[in-house]
Amino acid sequence: MSGRDLLSISKAVGLGKHVNGPAGGLTILERLDLEIQAGEAVAILGASGSGKSTLLGLLAGLDSASIGEVWLCGHRLDALDEDGRAALRNGRVGFVFQNFQLLPTLTARENVLLPLELSGIRDAASRADEALEQVGLTQRASHYPRQLSGGEQQRVAIARAYAPRPVVLFADEPTGNLDQVTGEHIIDLLLDLRAQSGAALVLVTHDPRLAERCDRRLYMRAGRLETDA
Amino acid sequence: MRIWRITLRLLGQDWRSGELYLLAAALILTVAAITAVGFFADRVETAMARQGGELIAADLALESATPLPAEYRERAERLGLATAEIIEFRTIVMGSDGPQLVQAKAVDSAYPLRGRLKVSDGFATPEREMDAGPDSGELWVESRLLRLLGGEPGALLGLGESRLPARAILTYEPDRAGALFAQAPRVMLNRSDLTATGLIGPASRAEHRLLVAGDAAVVERFKRVIGPGLPVNIRLLDGAGGRPELASAVERASRFLHLATLSTLLVAGAAIALASRRFVERQTDAVAVMRCLGAPNHVLMRVFMLRLVLFGLIASLFGCLLGWLGQLGLTRLLADWFTLDLPSPSLAPILIGLATGLVALLGFALPPLLQLAQISPLRALRRDLGAPRGSAVLTVLGAGAAMALLILWQAQDLQLAWKLILGVAGAVASLVITVLLLVRLAGGMAGRVRGVWRLGLAALARRPAGAVLQIAGLGIGILALLLLTLVRVDLLRSWQESLPAGAPNHFLINIQPQDVEPLANFLRDSGLRADTDDAAIYPMIRGRLVRINDRAVEPSDFADPRAERLASREFNLSHGLALQDDNRILDGAWWSSADAPAQFSVEEGIAETLGIGLGDEIAFLVSGREIAAPVTSLRAVQWDSFNVNFFVIASPVLLGREPATYITSVYIADEREALIPELVRRFPSVTLLDVDALLTQVRQVVDRGVLAVEYVFLFTLAAGLLVMYAGIQASLEERRLEHGILRTLGTGRRALLTSLAVEFTAAGILAGALASVFAQLTGWLLAEQLFGLTFQLNPLIWVIGVLGSGVLIGVAGTLATYPLVVRPPLRTLREAA
Repeated sequence: MSGRDLLSISKAVGLGKHVNGPAGGLTILERLDLEIQAGEAVAILGASGSGKSTLLGLLAGLDSASIGEVWLCGHRLDALDEDGRAALRNGRVGFVFQNFQLLPTLTARENVLLPLELSGIRDAASRADEALEQVGLTQRASHYPRQLSGGEQQRVAIARAYAPRPVVLFADEPTGNLDQVTGEHIIDLLLDLRAQSGAALVLVTHDPRLAERCDRRLYMRAGRLETDA
Repeated sequence: MRIWRITLRLLGQDWRSGELYLLAAALILTVAAITAVGFFADRVETAMARQGGELIAADLALESATPLPAEYRERAERLGLATAEIIEFRTIVMGSDGPQLVQAKAVDSAYPLRGRLKVSDGFATPEREMDAGPDSGELWVESRLLRLLGGEPGALLGLGESRLPARAILTYEPDRAGALFAQAPRVMLNRSDLTATGLIGPASRAEHRLLVAGDAAVVERFKRVIGPGLPVNIRLLDGAGGRPELASAVERASRFLHLATLSTLLVAGAAIALASRRFVERQTDAVAVMRCLGAPNHVLMRVFMLRLVLFGLIASLFGCLLGWLGQLGLTRLLADWFTLDLPSPSLAPILIGLATGLVALLGFALPPLLQLAQISPLRALRRDLGAPRGSAVLTVLGAGAAMALLILWQAQDLQLAWKLILGVAGAVASLVITVLLLVRLAGGMAGRVRGVWRLGLAALARRPAGAVLQIAGLGIGILALLLLTLVRVDLLRSWQESLPAGAPNHFLINIQPQDVEPLANFLRDSGLRADTDDAAIYPMIRGRLVRINDRAVEPSDFADPRAERLASREFNLSHGLALQDDNRILDGAWWSSADAPAQFSVEEGIAETLGIGLGDEIAFLVSGREIAAPVTSLRAVQWDSFNVNFFVIASPVLLGREPATYITSVYIADEREALIPELVRRFPSVTLLDVDALLTQVRQVVDRGVLAVEYVFLFTLAAGLLVMYAGIQASLEERRLEHGILRTLGTGRRALLTSLAVEFTAAGILAGALASVFAQLTGWLLAEQLFGLTFQLNPLIWVIGVLGSGVLIGVAGTLATYPLVVRPPLRTLREAA
């Protein structure tokens, strides 16, 4: 691995994804190459069905590629099994989802605590409290997701993603379920926390405002990465 | 440690959020039913065994033709058990009218250890209960001895070298049952007077018995300690084999109780299956998110397993508590029915309850839980991926293995367990296939109808797997209700009717051939038995079993004490042309004509005990002559009918010419007892035996059993309602979004509610029809195969099953889904998004 590779958080080489559907074979991603550096903020844009979320899933090791190589934090993902990939994500990778994906039966604080405890982090409780404070939800720590607004739920999800201090955060349409004002607050929060933590940020979005504030923008069209601006 | 922390947090949150209520209710109910019956059966069986013990006046007896070594009594007393010794022998009593052969029993002051004696002071005076036998220096005698001797109570009787007064008339001995057909009148004396009579010497022919009683566990320990080294000439007796009439009733009560427990287990099992499936399905998103966050599979699985086991243990403990309270209620309810105080329950039912809860929960929930391991973390990003399609084989195997294990464990009868397992497997398979066919039919019909009917029927066909689960669940719930009706109304009534109010309470034995016709006339003319004819008075010939095929029968050849006893005693054989109503041929065929070849029909129980099979040639020594013939049929005998019955019956050709005495049974109501002296006067050679006490004892067992079974079936009823609730709940999640969309598209509330009513009513009718078929089939199997009762088709079952179920499920399902219909569609769609 070269010196440049050491700075690379995520890398895809000749990455392709094909699936077999009822109507025959379908190519979702076609031999794309991509590299994301430590601390970099990259936005992936594209129309619905262009393969953005599939690419995000492959880069995060949530899915296996049909062809090509994917590297995450210096590890080649296709050489690892599902548990190996989960262990690699554990503590290094954060996620923010469009539909928040908070566990409804846990309070805000318990949702933030969960990945910390799963990683076996000793000061999990203080880190969770710190993360909630960073997103301004200390007062709402004991509330359940159903008692929080959409924006608040997304802030809990962001606290959960940043609490283990990941090196990369993957976000799938983080403002997709929010109104414009709330969406802007969430964008500010995401980028502020990225700046503070130094983590790379890879996000899939339709939102041009959010994309504008990233270091790089990638456009997906019919499974191809057309622009790397 | 962190696994524990995460597990406890998730478990606490599961509980607070209500995710586990249904599963907990199903599990608590299952365990409560098992432990309530466990605790209660534990106490009742011990009490019944003790009451059975009344038949030997003890919990256990050692019997020998020679004096028993003192070590047995010493051992029992060292263990803290109560003991008594009795000696029974035949002798002659001298009265004013001459000698009379009697059966004498010398008892010590501790006798009887179980049950009480009854005596009266004169022929027409009321009887009173006594805790101990006669004092030294007096005799208690049967009234017919005084009549035969022409004496009155108080008369001096010569017994060996002593002359003792007959101070009281002995009317009841708890341990008389075994000697019910002994023809000689009975005399009881104090053991301390025995030496003075000079009747019993070292070589005297007598039966010596050591009676033992006490705590069941200690008695069992005593039995285990002495049993293996017991010499062949000493027999061990317990109450169970005492009288077939009582044993038969106790066995039926016990079978009914276990059946009630098993039905609760089966029905609650369906509720556990539905609830655990729903619980696991609701974990899908959480697992996907946790996998995304980097939780390794093995950690997640450990967390889920631990969560399941902890939950199972907590719910099962609550179930045990409820079961314990349940048996307390039952015991209080039945307190007056027991002549003895119920012993304390052991703790074993708690362990059984906990184990049952865990086996049931893990069996049903573990396979779908293991399938959670296959959830792709990608589902957190793409909900369209859905939950993984689990291996149906794994799920069925897990649930099947758990149910089979629990049935095997609970049935306590391997044959019954296998029948049940095969029956349940067959029922579930046919239920699933039938529901699939019916759902397809409903789908086909949906295309031909319009509006809400189309919507309702199409809803059934749209989710075939969900519909199968739902209708099967509802069907099992309805089946539980129908079985409850069937068992409660039909089977228990049949059982009670098997011992009708007019069941014979007197046996007339020693009837001479020339008295048969006049006696039949007397009984008919006096209205004691309207149907009495010669055929209801049965010939009785005594014979000793000497050979089975080529094997000579020696008592010592049999390890089983009962078989040994049977082989050493004479059988009461009979012959006849017609099979009695309370006899049923299990194997082989009954002879059809008076000149049918020589053959025997043997009762199944005794055939099994003695190792006699169909086709075997058996030989009896009758009047010094060996009479042999093949066994051509095995019979089940309903002993608790109290009719005259025989272990072995011969075809008329075989025993018809042998000298015989005759026997019959008759019901004499209290107000008709004045006929008894007339009967005794007209037929002096006939011995009249009053079995009213035994009849009352059997009737009590039956009545107690019915009450206990009805109580336990309340658990089944609750489980049935729960499974129906679970069945309705099963589809709510899927309906939420569907209703939101339909409402958004402009479907009115009324139309939606009507379509729901159509769907649930159709599901209820389908489930009810299936449940009715299975209820009738199960009822027939239970009645004919298990309880030996006559089964009758009950049209009410169909009315309740089909119409009742349609209305009940239709209303309950519509009401349960009503909140989904009235909630604003925007809210539903927003939540789904």
